[in-house]
Amino acid sequence: MRSIRRDRISRSSTRNNYGNGLGKGTASGGAVRGPETSGLQPMRHVAAGMLLLFAVMLVSAAPSEKRLSVYSTAANYSVPIAQRQGRDYVGLLELLDPLGKVSVKADASRWRIHYNNILGDFTAGKTHARVQGLDTELSGKFLLENGRGLVPLISLGSLLPRFLGGPATLHEESGRLFIGSVATHFTATVSPDDPSRLVLQFTAPVNPSVASEPGKVHMTFSHEPVTAPASSTLTFDSKAIPSAVYSEQNGAAEITVTTTIPLLASFSPDGRTITLAPPKTQPATNATSTPAATSPPATPAAQSAPVNTAPAVARRYFAVVDASHGGNDRGEALSATLAEKDVTVAFARRLRQELENRGISTLVLRDSDANLSLDDRAYFANTAHAAIYVALHAASNGHGVRLYTALLPDSSEEDRGPFRSWATAQQSSMPLSRAAMASVADELRKLQVPVRTLSAPLRPLNNIVTAAIALEVAPPASDVSPLASPDYQQRIASAVASGIADIRGQLGAAP
Amino acid sequence: MIPRHLYFAISVLSLAVLVMGVYAWHMRGRAAANPVAATDTRPVVPPVAGPTEQVTLFVAYDDIGVLRPQAARIPLPSVRQERAEELLRALLAIYLDKSSPHQLPQGSDVRSVYLVDPGLAVIDVNAAFADGHRSGVLSEELTIASLIQTLSANLPGIVKVKILVEGKERQTLAGHADLSNFFDAAAVSQLAAQLQSNQ
Repeated sequence: MRSIRRDRISRSSTRNNYGNGLGKGTASGGAVRGPETSGLQPMRHVAAGMLLLFAVMLVSAAPSEKRLSVYSTAANYSVPIAQRQGRDYVGLLELLDPLGKVSVKADASRWRIHYNNILGDFTAGKTHARVQGLDTELSGKFLLENGRGLVPLISLGSLLPRFLGGPATLHEESGRLFIGSVATHFTATVSPDDPSRLVLQFTAPVNPSVASEPGKVHMTFSHEPVTAPASSTLTFDSKAIPSAVYSEQNGAAEITVTTTIPLLASFSPDGRTITLAPPKTQPATNATSTPAATSPPATPAAQSAPVNTAPAVARRYFAVVDASHGGNDRGEALSATLAEKDVTVAFARRLRQELENRGISTLVLRDSDANLSLDDRAYFANTAHAAIYVALHAASNGHGVRLYTALLPDSSEEDRGPFRSWATAQQSSMPLSRAAMASVADELRKLQVPVRTLSAPLRPLNNIVTAAIALEVAPPASDVSPLASPDYQQRIASAVASGIADIRGQLGAAP
Repeated sequence: MIPRHLYFAISVLSLAVLVMGVYAWHMRGRAAANPVAATDTRPVVPPVAGPTEQVTLFVAYDDIGVLRPQAARIPLPSVRQERAEELLRALLAIYLDKSSPHQLPQGSDVRSVYLVDPGLAVIDVNAAFADGHRSGVLSEELTIASLIQTLSANLPGIVKVKILVEGKERQTLAGHADLSNFFDAAAVSQLAAQLQSNQ
């Protein structure tokens, strides 16, 4: 069985500025089909055929070029990797060019590159360079070839931040470079009511090529910054789909799903969900629709959804931690240099660690600088079928920690049978949310942290179908710098994790 | 061969386009040199005069993060909708004072309050109110609770409240407090009670 969404692939290739030379080949093929005259027709056909054959032979005989896939907020692209002196090298100009304004000056041995007013000064044959006036060591010699400056691939992790002013993460073995927090994360869960149905959810739209062989389905992500889950091997409680393995090679990520039955992949309209299901029960033409219980209504008028009845044992994550804000949404400017979005993501990572130390499997919704809408956050939290959702905020005013549950009217909602309003989906879980808030507050008070418990009109708390609380962490005193302090964050995270662990039995059976 | 009258028509039209272009360019320059609307902080409606009435305003205090009822005597018109607007303007007058316990951005104003039976109040604030509002869950909910509780405490019968900014729906006040849904006045009343204690 082979199922490849060619229409989506072609659109993605354009969007991601990837060039693989195939376009040029097609153009050559087109060039030999010029206007025909009757006398020359047979000869032209023969010539065209020979040219085409020659082109195909040339392409097929060429060794596959090793490339570095680069993912950034500005563009996703790839650059060639050159082998020199037993090392992998890349051209610095090609690498920086799509990211900003670049100019180069080269003479016999000196090579200077300007990137957005940052000067890099390199000398051929030397292992050190100066970037913005600071010395930088390279892991190998700088090479100058016909005016093209080559730097060792392995040096990019330390060299690029000097130019870009932000982190660059290199996956050297697989040839993947992540500039900034651009990673796309995913979760994979077997549907609780149909063990032959695997649902993969991504934090950004994806567009893999899908291929199958007996017992396996391969999804290859060439253009998307998909990154590994906590464990590269995911196991499922399903005889039909026992496991999936994440791997990276040659500039691409691949998810290989092991299966005992034929599976067909289908994509949700937003490109964030891929469902693998048997063809008979899930035809390919029937694009996956996310469970209505857990997704926002398409329009405000359609504000009802079926109640989520997934059993607790189907949970892959017990807790969902949501680092609020992200991307363009910086949240509160806590100080001149400290944004709320940065504090929340750091705090979310600490809280995940503390929860997992207590045996509580945890999904962090935003583990990068991605911009997730409030509906997306609710959607991911609801489809994770977690026992508790924790939103994290930070503030410069006040002291200690403020805990919130959703601000909802008393339960007077009209009976909609198996449906509930998206705006008040939290209603039936309010007792659990209040219990969780009280438990966390108790633990914080044990550490002498000032705590307030309030309700708040704070989305997406009201859209979550399980226990849901929000934390607003304020500094211990008037100085806001402790908000970024690992010690302060650790202290709060530890208490919050203990509070959730204390009430674990009430929230639901841990997976 | 193009007829002569066509040449004439095209010439006249081209001339008209040129003249209009020059005029538009001139007007654009004048408009850019006079950016009044965005920074005009003058009140839209003159203050009401006449007999005063005792009302209860729910005033936010940022330093301790609480909402406190505060008695005040303000002149109130007889029309219910205008009373609602004056109540909120009296509240805003406190917040816009330099010694305010809960600073709102200069130029903040309540454009209108619409009372729609049965029991719906729509508060329409101006852009300055929301654009310059301090960001934070507690800061934003103090403002919202203050507005809604002041209205519902002084104008019986309000069941739900919707807050608009410049007549349009907005997702949040300043990044946190949700403005996309209707506020249940009873739920906000409970929140106001919670906010009266800083424990």
